[in-house]
Amino acid sequence: MIKQVNIKTGAIVAGFLLMVSTLVGASAETPEEKGLAIALEAERRDQGFSDSRADLKMVLRNKRGEAAIRTMRSKVLEVSEDGDKSIFVFDDPRDVKGTALLTFAHKSGEDDQWLYLPALKRVKRIASKNKSGPFMGSEFAYEDMSSQEVDKYEYRYLREEVVDGRAMFVIEQFPVDKKSGYTRQIIWIGKEHYRPFRVDYYDRKHTHLKTLTFLDYKRYLDKYWRAQKMDMENHQTGKSTTLEWGEFIFRNGYTDRDFNRNSLAKTR
Amino acid sequence: MISDKHLKIKLLLLPLASLLSCFAIAQGEWSGSVSFDTRVFSSDALYENQDDQNFSVAIEPEFYVDLKEGDQRVVFSPFFRYEVNDDERTHADLRELYWRGTFGDLEIKAGAVKVFWGVTESQHLVDVINQTDLVENIDAEDKLGQPMINLSWVKNWGTVELFVLPYFRERTFAGEDGRLRSRFVVDTDHPLYESGAEENHTDFAVRWSHWIGDWDIGIAHFTGTSREPLLIPALDNGGVVLLPYYQQIDQTSLDLQATKGDWLWKLEAIYNQNDREDYIAFVGGFEYTIVGVNDSTSDLGFLVEYHYDDRDENATTAFENDIFIGARWVLNDVQSTELLAGAIVDADSQASFASIEANRRLGQSWKVSLEARVLSSMDKQELLYDLRGDDYIELQIARYF
Repeated sequence: MIKQVNIKTGAIVAGFLLMVSTLVGASAETPEEKGLAIALEAERRDQGFSDSRADLKMVLRNKRGEAAIRTMRSKVLEVSEDGDKSIFVFDDPRDVKGTALLTFAHKSGEDDQWLYLPALKRVKRIASKNKSGPFMGSEFAYEDMSSQEVDKYEYRYLREEVVDGRAMFVIEQFPVDKKSGYTRQIIWIGKEHYRPFRVDYYDRKHTHLKTLTFLDYKRYLDKYWRAQKMDMENHQTGKSTTLEWGEFIFRNGYTDRDFNRNSLAKTR
Repeated sequence: MISDKHLKIKLLLLPLASLLSCFAIAQGEWSGSVSFDTRVFSSDALYENQDDQNFSVAIEPEFYVDLKEGDQRVVFSPFFRYEVNDDERTHADLRELYWRGTFGDLEIKAGAVKVFWGVTESQHLVDVINQTDLVENIDAEDKLGQPMINLSWVKNWGTVELFVLPYFRERTFAGEDGRLRSRFVVDTDHPLYESGAEENHTDFAVRWSHWIGDWDIGIAHFTGTSREPLLIPALDNGGVVLLPYYQQIDQTSLDLQATKGDWLWKLEAIYNQNDREDYIAFVGGFEYTIVGVNDSTSDLGFLVEYHYDDRDENATTAFENDIFIGARWVLNDVQSTELLAGAIVDADSQASFASIEANRRLGQSWKVSLEARVLSSMDKQELLYDLRGDDYIELQIARYF
């Protein structure tokens, strides 16, 4: 009896405190809190997709405009309490065909990564600290390709802006991991659906290194927005990489079994 | 009421029918490579009939097809190399031809399969399922397809695999005209076996592997015909030849890797029981990688591995008390340029085996590779003494499709 009463009282008190804090928060939210709130809302809106797969084409261009093509397939499994699990399998260039990368992203700490080398049939655990390194020789770093978890950054709200007639939040995010290749990123997030439209990356010397632009957004399952095209431009080298995603297919019924060391060799 | 006979016929027809149907539907996919290479030896040949330059061409296509929405797969991967000088190096192999079925947690493979176990770079001690195709390359990285039935259970406490290996593949060796051979030619036409069943002895293996946090672990046991032969001198038409002798062994192994930031710590260890001399051997060390050297996008890795074999001078490998030191330079460029240089040094005799491997993609589907191997300070007692005149540089151009 006493316990029950206590719980009830507790709930009422908590509810009251929440109300007060919301009222106070609305007026005195710091830029850090506001930035975090936007990141959390963006994450919340993408929750519940369960899993997805998509084909992916990467076009790498050098300063002279010469192009090299990579094609691969990707699978993602949503993990509610931690970062997502993903697999990339390469089809082109042909000498790396069948090479597969498995990543267990974590909200905090290093991601776990395994690489499958088809010529030797070997699965290798690799140092995920290589996150700042280029993904397949492209302008995307491993950390740009991995699951973007809220806890991996600290945030600061900067301003609102209207870009191409679209109202945007502009926030700054700072990688928590000191091994990141970036000191900060500035992100433009659409106010309507909390979708990212642009990211400016600043390197360890605090100079503007790259700009990522999200294009051709498409809505899946009436809820989940995916940019079908992502364009990464490196301002220091003049190189660029475009990711062209194929149709995303959601809710394939994937389980942990599709995302372990053994499944790497079979995915293709 | 299905009779036993009916069932048997059905069981026999099932894989055959699925194999035929998959080729008929032909929704599968071909890929593979054709490569041309030449090896130039720095010294004159030590033995008669050998040449100072090799030329060869190799083809390795691969076909696979998925059935039942990927729950079943058939893989077919033959291999053929033509070598101008050495008849033994001209050889064909079925690298893989198997059917794989997935039934929940259980996976079954039947056919010729390639399997890799282990974590270290300079020696693969625990990797015992497939025979080494030594005539391909003395680094022993090339393997022959192994006939097997393989069952795997994937559980959240790890993966358990059972292997039934009904047929034994002999190791390949350079022939009389080939370089990179011992003074006496290995007579691969007259192998000796401890088992009366010879190559038809059925071998078994079991392995548990898992990962826990930063650690990847594998424990395995193999019972059957040793993949590594002893070489027994014998007389043949008045000349001396070496006959490969394949013992029966029981080998328990451990492989372990700890992934700690930029450091990978690795260990492989075996305990081998046989009729002549039981022994333990291990290889252990680390790989440390500097990411983005000098603010570039390239990575530089340093590798150190120590090799130990308690048979000491009687060891059938050259790695009884040796240190491997190497460096790996990965440019992370569009052409995937990589360079690996290293040397294995005998801690007792200072004899060493150095090698450089470099490769780079050309355009979208070509790849050029360079390989150099140099032996130095080889005393007469060294196992590799007979190869002292076989330092070489190999240039390979491969086309992938």
